[in-house]
Amino acid sequence: MKAIYTRPKSLKPVSNHYCPGCGHSIIHRLVCELVDEMDMRGRIICIPPAGCAVLAYNYFDFDVCESAHGRGCAVATGFKRAQPDRIIFTYQGDGDMAAIGTAETLHAANRGEKITSIFVNNAVYGMTGGQMAPTTMIGQKTTTSPYGRRTEVEGYPLKITELIATLPGAAYVTRTSLATPAKIRETKKAIKKAFEVQMAGTGYSLVEVLSPCPTNWKVSPREAFVYLEETMEKEYPIGVMKDNTTKKDK
Amino acid sequence: MKGTDALGEAAIRAGCTCYFGYPITPQNEVPEYMSRRMEEVGGVFLQGESEIASINMVLGAAASGKRAMTSSSSPGISLKQEGLSFMAALELPAVIVNINRGGPGLGNIAPSQGDYYQATRGGGHGDYRMPVYAPASVQELYDITMKSFDVADLYRTPVMILGDGMMGQIVEPISLNERPEVEIPPKDYILDGAQDRPSRIVKSLILDPAEMEEHNWKLKRKYDLMAHELPQWEEFMTDDAKLTIIAYGTAARIAKGAVKRARSEGLKVGLLRPITLWPFPEEAIRSLAKKTKLFLVFEMSTGQMLDDVRLAIEGRVPCEFYGRPGGVVPIPQEIARIIERYWLQKEL
Amino acid sequence: MAAKGKITINQGLCKACELCLTVCPDEAIRLSENLNEKGYHPAEPAKDSCRGCALCAVMCPEAAIEVYRG
Repeated sequence: MKAIYTRPKSLKPVSNHYCPGCGHSIIHRLVCELVDEMDMRGRIICIPPAGCAVLAYNYFDFDVCESAHGRGCAVATGFKRAQPDRIIFTYQGDGDMAAIGTAETLHAANRGEKITSIFVNNAVYGMTGGQMAPTTMIGQKTTTSPYGRRTEVEGYPLKITELIATLPGAAYVTRTSLATPAKIRETKKAIKKAFEVQMAGTGYSLVEVLSPCPTNWKVSPREAFVYLEETMEKEYPIGVMKDNTTKKDK
Repeated sequence: MKGTDALGEAAIRAGCTCYFGYPITPQNEVPEYMSRRMEEVGGVFLQGESEIASINMVLGAAASGKRAMTSSSSPGISLKQEGLSFMAALELPAVIVNINRGGPGLGNIAPSQGDYYQATRGGGHGDYRMPVYAPASVQELYDITMKSFDVADLYRTPVMILGDGMMGQIVEPISLNERPEVEIPPKDYILDGAQDRPSRIVKSLILDPAEMEEHNWKLKRKYDLMAHELPQWEEFMTDDAKLTIIAYGTAARIAKGAVKRARSEGLKVGLLRPITLWPFPEEAIRSLAKKTKLFLVFEMSTGQMLDDVRLAIEGRVPCEFYGRPGGVVPIPQEIARIIERYWLQKEL
Repeated sequence: MAAKGKITINQGLCKACELCLTVCPDEAIRLSENLNEKGYHPAEPAKDSCRGCALCAVMCPEAAIEVYRG
C-alpha cells in the first residue's frame, strides 16, 4: 500500500508534553511537515516563546533559540539581520505576541522585517495555569477574570493581527483556525505562504492560528473544537487580511 | 579623537558587524557614529524600538555567531538587564556599553558612578557575573573596546564597558592600534541552520533543579577562571605611598591630579586604579595593604566600590571614603584638600 | 468501489483526545480497552471500513497516525 500520511522527519520521534487535544501539537506538526516538504531544515531557525511552547525545541529537529517573554520578534530581527539568507520564524502565544511583546511585534512588522510569526491564539495563558490573555473573550472566565472578562474592567479582546495588517511593512497577514481538518489544511497553506513571502523578501508575514486549550477552557477536546468554531471564530473572523503578493501580481 | 568615536571605531576594527541601540543621553554619539560606519563596512546598524528590543537583537546576532554590541546609559541599561541575564545564561558573547549618568530614576545626564553595584553584581536576575571594564582615557577606551570583544568570545559572556559622559565627550590624541591577535575557539554553538549537522538548541530553561545547579556551577567555574585571569589595574606612585587613593574611570583621572598636587607638597600619596571592576583587583589591593597606612576610596557616588575595597583589605588597614554623587564632578584641588585633611588627622 | 485504506496508530503517543474519532467518516477508529503507558485508552483501528482519507492524521495532535491507501 502507498503511504498517504507519515510523521514528518523534522518532528522528533518523542511524545510531547502538551495536553490531550492541544492545538500547539497540531501546529508543530504542520510546521515540521513544511520544513520537510520545502526542504528548509538546513536554513531555518525557530524562536519559540515563553509559554507552553517554550519546550518546542524538544520536538523540532532544527535550530531553535529561546527568547525571553515577548521578545521573539526582536531576537528574530537580530538573527535575520545577521543572517539574511536564513529563514527565521517566531512561534508565539497570545500573551507573548499581544501583551508583553506588543512593541517588539508591531515594530518588527512595521520595519518590514523579513521574518515570519506564527501566532497561536487560544485566548488564555496556558503554561501559567489559565490566566486572562489580551485575547480572552468578553465574558470568558479565567483564573484572573473569575467573573468573566468585563470590558469596563479588563478592556476588549486585542486584535493585534488586524492592527498589524494596517502596517505597510507587513506583506502577508492572515488568520486561520484549527477547528476542522479542512481548516487545518488551510492553516498549513497559510504558513507555507508566509514562509514563501519571507523567502521572496517581500516583508513581514504573520499567521494567527485560532487554537484550542481544552485544559484551561475546562472542556473536553471535542467541546473545545466546537467552541473554537462556534464562538472564537465569531470574535476573530478567519481569512486573509493582507496579501501584498497578489497586489503585485495584479 | 572623541571618546565615543574611539569606542565606535575600536568596535568596528575589532570585527563588530552588528550594532543595535536606542537613543539616550549622554551616549547618542555612539549610535550616531555606528549608523555611519556600519554602512561603510557592510555591517548591520539598527535603531531598535527600545533598549529591551535592542539587547534582544544583540542576542539574536550573537547566537548567529556575529560580534555584536549595544550601548546605552543608566536608565536604558536597567531595561537591558533582562536580556543580559539571558545572555549570561545562554553564554552568548557581546559588548554592552554603559555611559553612566546621574540617578536613581531619570536623574540627570551628568557623569556619575552610581551604577557600580548594578554592573559588578550581574545586574539582572539570577546567579551570574560579567566582566566590567572602566577605562580612564580615550586611548584606553579604544584598546579596551577591542579587548572586550575578545574577552566576550573567549569566555562566551557579555562584557560591559562602564564609562560616563566625561569619558564619552573628552577629546584626546590616540593611536589607532591594530586588533591584537587572539585565537578564538570555533563557535560550535551558533544557530545557522542544521545543514549537514544535528540540530542545535540555545536555551536557558532548565527545569530540573539538579541540572540547573550543575549549570550554575559550570558558570561559577567560568567566573572563577575570569577572576583569576582578567583583573587589570594601574598603580601610580604607590611604592612608598602612606595614603593610597582607590578610584576608577573619571574619578581616577581627578584623583591622579590630586596625587600629583599632594606629591608636589611632599605628601607620599599614591593611586590604585581598578580597570576591571569585575573581577575586582583585590589581590593588588591586598598587597598594597601591607605597605600603605590609609586607603581613601573616591567615587562619584555615595560609596559602592568602597564595599569591594573593604572586602579586599579585610580590615588590615583603615579605609576612608569621599564621594560626590548626583553628577557633580569635583576638581583635583578638592580631592587634594581631602588628602591633606586625612594626612593631618591620621598623623601620616 | 471505494478505495481501500489502512491506518496505523502509535499507541504510545496517543492521549485519547478522540479528535480522530470525531472526524472519521467511516467509523474506522475506536478507543482501545487497554491502557497505554501514559494511562490513556489509546485510539486503535476499529473495522475494515477505512478508505484512507487521512482526516484522522490531519487532526491528530500527536502525529501518531500514519495512513496508507491502495
